[in-house]
Amino acid sequence: MIKVEKMKILSQKIIAENIYEIELQGPLVNEISMPGQFVHIKVNKANDPLLRRPISISSYDKKRQTMTLIYRATGAGTIELAQQTGEINVMGPLGSGFPVEDVKGETAVLIGGGIGVPPLYECSKQLKARGKKVIHILGFESAEAVFYEDKFKELGPVYITTADGSYGTKGFVTDAAVQFNIKADIFYACGPVPMLNAVEKLFESIPGYISMEQRMGCGIGACLACVCAVNGPELYKKVCTDGPVFAKGELVYG
Amino acid sequence: MDKLRISLPGLELKNPIMPASGCFGFGREYCQFYDLSLLGSIMVKATTLEQRLGNPVPRVAETSSGMLNAIGLQNPGLEKVMNTELPWLAGYDLPVIANVAGSMVEDYVEVAKNISRAGNVHALELNISCPNVKEGGIAFGTDPEVARELTAKVKAVSEVPVYVKLSPNVADIKTMALAVEKGGADGLTMINTLVGMRLDHRTGKPVIANKTGGLSGPAIKPVALRMVYEVSQVTDLPIIAMGGISSAWDVIDFISAGASAAAVGTANFVNPFVCKEIIDELPAILDELEVEHIHDLKGRSWKVGETADYRA
Repeated sequence: MIKVEKMKILSQKIIAENIYEIELQGPLVNEISMPGQFVHIKVNKANDPLLRRPISISSYDKKRQTMTLIYRATGAGTIELAQQTGEINVMGPLGSGFPVEDVKGETAVLIGGGIGVPPLYECSKQLKARGKKVIHILGFESAEAVFYEDKFKELGPVYITTADGSYGTKGFVTDAAVQFNIKADIFYACGPVPMLNAVEKLFESIPGYISMEQRMGCGIGACLACVCAVNGPELYKKVCTDGPVFAKGELVYG
Repeated sequence: MDKLRISLPGLELKNPIMPASGCFGFGREYCQFYDLSLLGSIMVKATTLEQRLGNPVPRVAETSSGMLNAIGLQNPGLEKVMNTELPWLAGYDLPVIANVAGSMVEDYVEVAKNISRAGNVHALELNISCPNVKEGGIAFGTDPEVARELTAKVKAVSEVPVYVKLSPNVADIKTMALAVEKGGADGLTMINTLVGMRLDHRTGKPVIANKTGGLSGPAIKPVALRMVYEVSQVTDLPIIAMGGISSAWDVIDFISAGASAAAVGTANFVNPFVCKEIIDELPAILDELEVEHIHDLKGRSWKVGETADYRA
């Protein structure tokens, strides 16, 4: 069930260049049903910025009623969010996340680009808890932008790429996948659209799921702002409610 | 509760609060937050004869205290709205105002004729002011003569009263109001969004794929308020006001300006409970203002002598 509640900000810290990690606490966490869901945050009480900000859930702990979000503070809304303390108005959980139940095969590869990396963390934890072997390929702009390498390493092998070559393998996540000959039975990806397109092509022979991003209005499927083109009779789906996670082959890359 | 009960052409409403068209879908998303029967009415998403897929993305961009949208009238089409959405809404004690859109006069007439026969549709809202579609929409809303003719043709086939949604993107909105009144309109809804634009700082290009979009939210409230103030003084048609309403006091402002009811749009995106909260808060505000009924405040912004009375 979707809740709107004031959640307690337990901590807020910078973990890479312009990248913040915020930990929130409240009963809303009990409603999270799968990794890859997101919340819609009103970053302040003012009319400016007006709209909520969709941010994916990076990890959660139902016992403690806490969840961790990781966001990039480069726009007006997220810069405002980075300054908040005390309580914050959160709507969620929203959307349909990464399916981790009844996954066939032994090995999953999780591929993230930049601020698309966070939701893969909970996904990887839950896959590992279900006995899967998890491999991670995480792409960033530069060494300064890299985060969560150690956390992912606790779960399985990690390959880091940077666009400028300042850390890990120079190039894109798909370059590393080819270079290190990564084999898996299923993939999970989140990142910029060109990356998702390249990942779907590279891992053509295995099933997979990708998580999309789009400018959003309401976050609950009413305003029709965040649609994406899909194969099939409906032609468009809503990122906020039909997604953000879609099965491989569902999306039409323009 | 009788403080809020109102009677308008075709509409016997528990209260004067309703979600604005395009900001609430057909209610399915918001029924998970509260019982839709609490609402005075619901202005459902614009319906066209055939299904519309809408504009390319990005379709929205935020601006200071507002947002631009160019959804492009995406809707499942008349048949699906008649067979699926309206019957679903009939499960609620909720009179529906159906927003009718089209590219040609014949489209409007066909949609109006059919949708006005749905049992729970108590009024039509003629959408002659959508700024985000290439054909139809605003083309009908900026020429008084065209607007009058379209209103008359829709009026001739509609089984229920017809409210015409006015565009603020005109030189003189009073002329448009009087033109549709002459065409037989039973009421007005106003205002639709203001055409605006936002550019990407780095590329210098428009952020929205449609280039321009309709501005809504608190940023446009002063414009909407002024227009309701002007129009309500030249016509006796009831006005359902919208434009940046996000609180009970905003509703009081619009009633004071001369509106009979108020619709809430963009604020639903920020706070899904906003319509219910406004309905809950209004009675206490009326007590504070020492009036028996919300319509005791109607038009007090311009009615001679009334402002002084209420200040006393």
